[in-house]
Parts: sequence; structure tokens; C-alpha cells
Amino acid sequence: MSKRLIDLQHITKSFDGQTVLDDLSLYIRENEFLTLLGPSGCGKTTTLRIIGGFERPDAGRVVFDGQDITDLAPNERQLNTVFQKYALFPHMTIAENIAFGLKIKKKSKAYIEDKIKYALKLVNLDGFEKRGVDSLSGGQQQRIAIARAIVNEPKVLLLDEPLGALDLKLRQDMQYELIRLKNELGITFVYVTHDQEEALTMSDTVVVMNQGYIQQIGTPQDIYNEPTNAFVADFIGESNIIDGIMQRDRLVRILGVDFPCVDEGFGSNVPVDVVIRPEDVELVAPEDGMISGDVTSLVFKGVHWEMEVLAHGYEWLVQATQMRPVGSHVGIRVDPFNIQIMNKPESNDEKAVETDA
Amino acid sequence: MRKIRGLKRQLLAGPYLVWIAAFTLLPLMVILYYAFTTTSGHPTLLNVTSIFASVHFKSLLLSLELAFLCTAACLLLSYPLALALSSLKTKRQGFIVFIFILPMWMNFMLRILAWKMLLSNNGVINMVLEAVGLPALDVMNTPFAVVFCMIYDFLPFMALPIYNSMSRIDKGILEAAQDLGAGRATTFFRIILPLTAPGAVSGTIMVFVPALTSFAISDLLGGGKVLLIGNVIEQAFIQEYNWNLGSGLSLVLMVFVIASMALMNSRGDEGGVGIC
Repeated sequence: MSKRLIDLQHITKSFDGQTVLDDLSLYIRENEFLTLLGPSGCGKTTTLRIIGGFERPDAGRVVFDGQDITDLAPNERQLNTVFQKYALFPHMTIAENIAFGLKIKKKSKAYIEDKIKYALKLVNLDGFEKRGVDSLSGGQQQRIAIARAIVNEPKVLLLDEPLGALDLKLRQDMQYELIRLKNELGITFVYVTHDQEEALTMSDTVVVMNQGYIQQIGTPQDIYNEPTNAFVADFIGESNIIDGIMQRDRLVRILGVDFPCVDEGFGSNVPVDVVIRPEDVELVAPEDGMISGDVTSLVFKGVHWEMEVLAHGYEWLVQATQMRPVGSHVGIRVDPFNIQIMNKPESNDEKAVETDA
Repeated sequence: MRKIRGLKRQLLAGPYLVWIAAFTLLPLMVILYYAFTTTSGHPTLLNVTSIFASVHFKSLLLSLELAFLCTAACLLLSYPLALALSSLKTKRQGFIVFIFILPMWMNFMLRILAWKMLLSNNGVINMVLEAVGLPALDVMNTPFAVVFCMIYDFLPFMALPIYNSMSRIDKGILEAAQDLGAGRATTFFRIILPLTAPGAVSGTIMVFVPALTSFAISDLLGGGKVLLIGNVIEQAFIQEYNWNLGSGLSLVLMVFVIASMALMNSRGDEGGVGIC
């Protein structure tokens, strides 16, 4: 494993008496594509701004490459930011925008010109040197913002919801571009987004946050397949989150019916949250199901059909390639491997996991 | 149908056009007539060329000098003020701007008279200085007193447009500059200054033009010893009753005003008026 490049230690930050981050610790490895993911107000942008130096934590340290940088101004840090609203300098041409950081570092003219060419090529905007900022589309401005940051050869690139303002198609294209860029540059990316699909597509590591607390850190696969709590399960993709009672190891009672599962060590007769992904719910003939119910809605989603099945008082969200008409009586089966058992939140810290928060 | 509607719209400008014609264009014609004729009505250039008479020329130079000084001082005072203001929270900003323009609600002449009371040799300031044992100021009836009062009177006209254009700058842009390695000075000179140029340009016009043409301030605080071109023109009209000379000199002053505005506007385009 590569070394830790950024180490956030016990960061606390509040604005106007409102705690935004509470004792947050997190490390970022060299060359990692790490995404801070969470709903608005979860503290992800504040975390990024603390790394960038735009906010100073009330308590805690920021360590960069072994050096404490907590009190350094943004211009004294070896990292660059791509801002949400691009923040290009409107009174400068594209070339002048990109050259801004290099001129401050007093690089030679030839070096700067080479760098501008290289950066524009990298973001697929060759020949845009003389253009004005206003003449560019949103997607193009975003690319220039990235070019302007990377010519400074930062060790870390911070990206604050950089694709938020782009339309869907462009956003998907840019996701692949960002992955390509990261691989070509070989630097660390710290990416902030509220879009779970973006996070899953691009990241090596996803940090799911809510209300100033880290909920889960893991690879996209970990986060999706094994959410540690109901909040993560609900935020990453759609899920059925059902109250259950762990009967004993490998057996959980949901809606009055015992389901075999693969989880152990929760004890017996313990209330738990049960998470079942909609694509893991199999619809079968009523007599073959573990429980049965009636289809109450049916929506065509392109790749699959989305149905709601009312069974034992719970509306099951189901995604399947075969449709069942509304009103039909169906059985529900779930593979034991696809049942996720999670502890109910207990302490104050964990309150943030409640999905309706 | 559309055409008629458009015409009706344009008719709305009618009252203003009549006003302009009656009270701006017509007087301008009268001034032009007087400027190029003698008292007996013969055509002449002497009224205009008399600007080169040493007394007139000296007062024009002094006017230009004081107007420059006043404008420069207003610029230098306004930038730190606008920087400080725009770094405050939005709620507070409104209140402080309000306090700042409060003096503008007072009558112009009243403000000048107030300064006369304050600055005069046995005025309030000297009384205070004397009381604490400091030497008295002898600024009354000097160009210093005149410039001082001009700055006091015209500062809001500079500060407000600069503050306006500064508060329009996206905070993200300033953070981006910092992120790319710019310190405070670099951010100011490379980002803030060019982006507030439009404000500075309109502020400069709004300060320089009245400063150049003012005569009331020099009248009251100069005590007849500070003779600006405005005073010369005033005297020509009021005391000497020489409308021809007054008109001729006014015309020259108008050329300076128009030239300075044209100059500032062309500068403004380079500086980025087009941006905002």
C-alpha cells in the first residue's frame, strides 16, 4: 500500500455555533482517488476546504506529507482546487488563466507556454489559448479550471462537486475523462460529490458522510454490497430497509417470517435493520415464495422494471427484467447471501445514521 | 401594429426630450453664441483664447492640480474602505454603507460651511488643539483646505461604485487566486484591481469632473486666495457681468471635462468595463 499523504486528525469545525464536523479523522493515501460522499450539509465540502486551507479547523490538525499544514494559507500549500463554479478569472484569456499560478512561481516564458499547450491538450481543448472565458460552455470552463490547477503539478487535486452544474451526458463523459486524467497525472484526487453514481464510478475509496460524521470508508464495492448502516444503504442506491429481529446466527425474522441469512454474531432476539437491494428481490410463484404479496405499481426504467409489492404490510421495492402486472399475486424470495444485517443505531454519534435525518 | 406601438413607447421619452432641449441644448447654443462674439456682437475668438492669459491659465492649472489630487486621494481612500466593507458580513455591510452615505443627505453648502467653522483659524479644531497644547493649524484659505473639503464631499461618489464592483466579485475567484499561489498583494493587483476597474472609472469621472468645475468650495474655504477656473468663470458672469468671457472660458472647461471622460471611458474598456 502506498503511504499516507494527507492525515486529518480529530478535526472539529463549527459555524455560528453549529457543529459541522465533529472529531473527524481520515487519511488519504498517495495516488488515491478518494471521494467524500454525502447529502448537502454533511460536512464534505467543509472537509475539502479545510484540506485546501480555506477554512481553519477549530480543533485538530491537518498533516500533509509528514508536515503539519493546519496554519498554512492556501497559497502556501502544495495542492490545487477545482472549484464548483469553475472560478475562472473573467478578465483573462484562457492562456492567462492557466498561466496564473506559473507566473507567480516565476517560471520562464517558454516553460509556461509549453505547460499551457500540454494542459490544453490534456483536457482536449487545443487551440483555446486566445479565447475569452465568456465564450466557453460550462463543460469547457470546467476543463479549463482543471487545466489551470494541474499545470502547477500539485501532489493533490481537490475537486469540489466539479460536475454539479453540467448536464447528465456531459457529466458521464467527464467522469471517464477525470479517471483518465488521474491515471495520466499519477496524483491524488480528493473529490466531493453528493452523487453516489459518480462516487462509485470513479473512486478507489469512498468516504460516506452524514451530519459531520464519517459513516463508512471503503471501496465502491464494499460500500454498495456491504453498507455498515441503514444510512449508507439508503444513500448508496435504493434499498429495502426493514426492521427485523435476529433470531440466532444465520436466521433473521422479517415481517413475521424467518429468513435464512449469512450473518453471525449479533446474538439472539436482537432488533436489527435488514437491508435488501431491490435487484436482489426475486419474484416467484406465490407458493414458491418465502412470503407473498400483491404488485401495487409498475414502472418501466429502461434496463429493468421497477415494481412495488405489498407483502406483510411492507412495500417491497423490486427491480427485475421480467414484469408482473399490477394486482398480480406474487411470491418473494431472497437469497441468504443478499440479506444485509445491521445493528440499530445506539449512541449519539450513530444517530446521524438515521435515514430521515 | 407593432410599429405604432414602438412609436407610442418612444413618445414616453417626450417630456424628457423637451426638458433637454429647453434647458440643456438651448443654453448650450446661447453659450456658444456668447463665447464666439464680443460684447457688441461681433464674431471673435478672444473669449476662448483668453484662457492663455496668465491669470486664467494659472487658475486652470490649479484646478486641474487640485482635481487630480482630490481624485487620487479618493481612489487611495476608497480601495481600503471597499476591501474592508466587502469582507464584512452582508447584513453589516448595508448598515455601514448607509452610515457612509448619510452625510450626502445634508445640503452641500451646509457641509462646506461646517468645514469652514471647523478649519478656520479660531475654529473648533484649533480650539481643541490649543486646549491640549498643540500648535494651531493655519490651513484656512489655502489650497489644502479646498482639497480637503473636496475629498470629504466627493469621496462617497468614488467609494460606492468601487464597493459595488468589488462586492460583485465572486468569492470563489479570490479563493482560486489564493489556491494558485497568489498572496494578498498579487490577488489585489492581478484580480481585484482589474475587476473593479469599471467602478474606479465611473468613480473617477464622478469625482474629477465636479472637482474640476467646483467654485463653491474654493469660494468659502479659499477666501478669495484660491482662485480656481470655476471661480474665474463665476466672477466673469456675476461680478464683471462679462457673459462673453465667461462663456468662452466655460467652453474651454467643457472641453477638458469631455476629454477626461472620453479618456476614462477608453481606459475603462481596456480595464474591463465590458465584463460586468
